[in-house]
Amino acid sequence: MSKKNELLNVPHQILEEAEKAGIEAEEKNRAGTFFHLNQETVHSKVNELYEGKLELMDVKAALQKYSWLEDYMWKLVDKNKDEFTKKVAEDYSGGYFMRIMPGAELTFPLQSCLMITQRNLEQRVHNIIIAEEGSKAHIITSCLQHSTVPKASHLGISEIYVKKNAMLNFTMIHQWSENTFVRPRSAAMIEDNATFVSNYVSMRPVRDIQMYPVAYCKGENSRVSFNSILYGHRNSQLDIGSKAVLSGKGSKAEMVSRAIAREGSKMIIRGMIEGDSSDCKGHLECRGLLMDDKSLMQSIPELIAKKKGVEITHEAAVGKISEKEIVYLMTRKLSRDQAVSLIIRGFMDVTILGLPDALNAEIKSIVDASTQAA
Amino acid sequence: MDILEVKGLSVKVEDKLILKDVTFSLKQGVSHILFGPNGSGKTTLISTLMGLPGYDVVSGKIFFMSEDITDKSIEERAKLGMVVSFQNPPEITGVKLGDLLKLCLGKALTDEFSAKEQKQIEAFRLVDFLNRDINVGFSGGERKRSEILQLIFLKPKLLLLDEPDSGVDVESLRMIAGEIQRYVESSGSSALIITHKGDIMEHVKAGYGCILLQGQFHCFTEPMGIYEDIKKLGYEECVACRRRTREGWKSEQKK
Repeated sequence: MSKKNELLNVPHQILEEAEKAGIEAEEKNRAGTFFHLNQETVHSKVNELYEGKLELMDVKAALQKYSWLEDYMWKLVDKNKDEFTKKVAEDYSGGYFMRIMPGAELTFPLQSCLMITQRNLEQRVHNIIIAEEGSKAHIITSCLQHSTVPKASHLGISEIYVKKNAMLNFTMIHQWSENTFVRPRSAAMIEDNATFVSNYVSMRPVRDIQMYPVAYCKGENSRVSFNSILYGHRNSQLDIGSKAVLSGKGSKAEMVSRAIAREGSKMIIRGMIEGDSSDCKGHLECRGLLMDDKSLMQSIPELIAKKKGVEITHEAAVGKISEKEIVYLMTRKLSRDQAVSLIIRGFMDVTILGLPDALNAEIKSIVDASTQAA
Repeated sequence: MDILEVKGLSVKVEDKLILKDVTFSLKQGVSHILFGPNGSGKTTLISTLMGLPGYDVVSGKIFFMSEDITDKSIEERAKLGMVVSFQNPPEITGVKLGDLLKLCLGKALTDEFSAKEQKQIEAFRLVDFLNRDINVGFSGGERKRSEILQLIFLKPKLLLLDEPDSGVDVESLRMIAGEIQRYVESSGSSALIITHKGDIMEHVKAGYGCILLQGQFHCFTEPMGIYEDIKKLGYEECVACRRRTREGWKSEQKK
């Protein structure tokens, strides 16, 4: 990577916003950093401790470097799926290529930031992640719109390959603004004995976001977890789902979501688990809190069994905060407001994301900051 | 001196009159054991004292340390020094027991427990539960231990305990009751303890045994004797015969 590419050269006010979304500007506790601003990759650098253990560059550069990468583009996501995939296929400004080398274990997370600071921009990116055999990594990727930009949209394709015995924990944090239109299109392929954890956190208001990432558990004993923490406020529209296709012998899927809707927000939480092999297992859990009468919360769990012996279950609960819980906490000297905010913060429990302690604390502070402000 | 005075209290639950014109008082620095058949209104009584929703005071007044608290909120009562343990406390997902204990102590969530507090947590065998969601997957005994520790951390002046001994094994009962006694004794606070069994009195030194029967409150000295009489004669006859003989609760008050 070129030297001029220092993250600290990114304008101060932009970096500050990124930090609020989980980006560590100093890069000390990160295995690598990727930064795509508007339509350009402005930074991509591997921490020298991890040289040789991972590759990180703009996907366009990677395509030039590796001809085999063509085989990974548009393999999991269909180019013609909808108008948004078609647009990205037509023209895109780049995206990250992350490759964790065989057997490499990254103790620090890899970070990426895709940011919009330009008014009316339609950002189009295509990301590829390859966790090679036996590798282990955490990725934290933040997508955000700078708070001064009134209106923009983000179309992002992500294709993720988790190879044999690899473990990939991928945490995506969305910090959009009240006028952002967002359409991510993601899919992952999970091979034998590999684990993919896909976490999604959306805390700021957003105009309209719709996504439905898919994980194909093709490998024997492959595992996928989708966890999401969603905070819909100020008229946000969120239609968030996840789908797992369990075709590998002994494959497993788990989906957990926590959603809060208030201030006229509309939230649809979907989940689909499809059991295509006789000894696969899946569980889907959705809990939603509705805070007022102007908002809407809808949970749509779908379980599909195609083979005998498929074991898939779900539990969904949508409702208001239990009065009994509030009263209980008030008997412990808390005011009603304190009790409600403690319950909300507890409800948005980041430990469901299964992150290492340090990262867990970082994400928790992002979640707490948003819920506290309310 | 009386810490709590209840005068002519009538309480409705879902439009049904559960307590009728109940008058009694609790003494400062004394533990009171409250007996009564199922459905006699024991839980209604302490829930009303704490101001929980769903318990409508139709008439009467409640005074706590001479202050009229009949219309005060739960939070205000808690801050004045009243606490209640729940028979069936709710599960609260994501809220950690450790955090709630800190709030009970008046600490910030970022504060650490002092060595003394840590010791108490160990005594209650709750160290492994600090990072667990409140009551989620707790056994009956674990819930009781967690309830009582929270109450002690709140440093109350009056503990209202709803069957702290139900569903608790012998050793846990000894520990819980011992800690209640230690707290009450060292702080000079009072307690009203609902129970169906006498075992708790082996560890908690109770000054009075009380019976809530048909919406009426009867209080006598010698709580252990009351318990024996209830076992022998039943609630009704126990109250009737004591009233016929000597130390009815009212004459006791005059002493």
